[in-house]
Amino acid sequence: MDITPGQAYGFFTDTSVCIGCKACEVACKEWNMLDGNEPAFGDGYDNTGSLDAQNWRHVQFIDNVPDKPMTVGQGKAWLMMSDVCKHCQHASCMEVCPTGALIRTEFDSVYIQPDVCNGCRNCISACPYGVIEQDEHTKVAQKCTLCYDRLQGGLEPACAKACPTQSIMFGPVIELREKAQKRVEALHAQGVPEARLYGADDDVYGGLNAFFLLMDEPEAYQLPSKANAVLPSRNNERGYLTLLVTGVLAALGGLIALRRRREPSPEPAMAGPAPAAPAPAAPTPAEASSAPAAERS
Amino acid sequence: MSALAEAEHFVRAPDWTWYILFYFFLAGLSGGSYAIATLMRLSNRAYEPAARVGYYISFVALLGCPVLLTLDLGQPLRFWHMLVNTTPGDEGPIFRYWSPMSVGAWALVVFSVFAGLSFLEVFVKDRRRSSDRAEPPSALGKAFNVVGTVAGLFIAGYTGVLLAVSNQPVWSDTWALGGLFLASGLSGSAALIGWLAHYRRDGESSVPGLVRSERLFQVLEVLLIAVFVVTLIPTGALGQAFGYPWFVLWAVAAIGLIAGIFGPGSTRNEITSGGVVAVRRSAAAAIVPATLVLIGILALRAAIIFSAQ
Repeated sequence: MDITPGQAYGFFTDTSVCIGCKACEVACKEWNMLDGNEPAFGDGYDNTGSLDAQNWRHVQFIDNVPDKPMTVGQGKAWLMMSDVCKHCQHASCMEVCPTGALIRTEFDSVYIQPDVCNGCRNCISACPYGVIEQDEHTKVAQKCTLCYDRLQGGLEPACAKACPTQSIMFGPVIELREKAQKRVEALHAQGVPEARLYGADDDVYGGLNAFFLLMDEPEAYQLPSKANAVLPSRNNERGYLTLLVTGVLAALGGLIALRRRREPSPEPAMAGPAPAAPAPAAPTPAEASSAPAAERS
Repeated sequence: MSALAEAEHFVRAPDWTWYILFYFFLAGLSGGSYAIATLMRLSNRAYEPAARVGYYISFVALLGCPVLLTLDLGQPLRFWHMLVNTTPGDEGPIFRYWSPMSVGAWALVVFSVFAGLSFLEVFVKDRRRSSDRAEPPSALGKAFNVVGTVAGLFIAGYTGVLLAVSNQPVWSDTWALGGLFLASGLSGSAALIGWLAHYRRDGESSVPGLVRSERLFQVLEVLLIAVFVVTLIPTGALGQAFGYPWFVLWAVAAIGLIAGIFGPGSTRNEITSGGVVAVRRSAAAAIVPATLVLIGILALRAAIIFSAQ
């Protein structure tokens, strides 16, 4: 495959054919020299847990084993999905990054420049997919690079290269979308109506360069639905407006509260040395009449 | 866009903890103190001694801000990357108006100029022996303070906007945090100035005005807490923000508010048997309500920061 700078590349991950072999995870770690974390088994077959600084690919094992015996063909025992950075067109991480460390490459992928990132972790709080984590060794944010170095060398990403079932397909995003549409139509024709595409159009974050064919609702795979796929910047205007209104109210209120009222001198028994400050300005008749008889104790 | 219905979040926590908590706290006090000091200067020359206390607090509190922010970074020696882009081919100053962290970094630089110069001004004036040591600044000086106040108010409150501009539960489910942090920063600043003004021989006459303003800021704070709650209800994040163990911190915040709004005390005026209002009692007694208010605003920030992560 010719990989041409200036063209958008990405992944189409077809979860209907994922077998959970984790070859993608291993290939990713091998190529990117990621040490990985200590294996941690829960109550399933997932021993990596989530995407993080050491796991740029993560195979989700979603247990759908029914509690009661089912008849043949009714049981959907497992949903498996090789998760990865989505390389969003409208990327939340890029929105909030203050240093310019997050850039869009010539392959239209979202890339963290490790020598520019200063580890502020703002991108972590913004990524709606929980993709980014600060690496405990380098102390900068880390995530899938879409094998930027391999692309520059004309090679496809390691995970796609290693996937034995072609669950992970790499290529120009336009071509992948066509493939995905044909695949979902084929599944529907085969009587699998639950198959659906996620991120193949611009409904979610303007389109995902790494999009998926899912076998259940997005939330089952820890993916925000269209309604929940919102950008951090949605709160910019409202947040600053609230700040502005509060600031104006506080300033005006403060000026009113600080108007000098007719305040009696301290009682002799309580008074210390005579204050050296200039005497407060004499209140106007209006101020005098508005002054309370006594402050609340 | 209206508030999200049944918002679901799959985001990872950024692990902003103690450094950030105390940065938010000090930023609120620094910006708030500067603003209150300027309001006092604009109100009446008799407030000048207490206003100077405000400028001192503002500068001292500000000193800790960049230190805490830098220590929180994964790569502290790259703190300057907040201001300068080092991307090859794109080197130069970097300002991203859509990123509150970028705006805040620059605002901190700008505000430090105002806080630093105002500190120098009052420090020099306080060391004069002549009779004009209590003189308030000129109109130009006041204009300088007003501009600095805009920056100070921003510093005190932008931290809440920074939290909201994310995809974290609680933080991003509301738009009230900027105003809330500003109001609480102002109330804490008024309490702190009101307490420390007792230590200036000529500062105590300002205490009643400070008490009134502190109460007003705290009423504003209560209103914004109500807005915070109302905005969280439809998103389902209310339980996360106020559930165990965070309700303990909210209780501490409430005690601070009660101490400020209703509390009797030393910095409060008192009704004597003759119906006369006393101005103050003692600086030592003033520390109790001021401390409660300050602990309260720290607890409020802690509840918001930690409950979302």
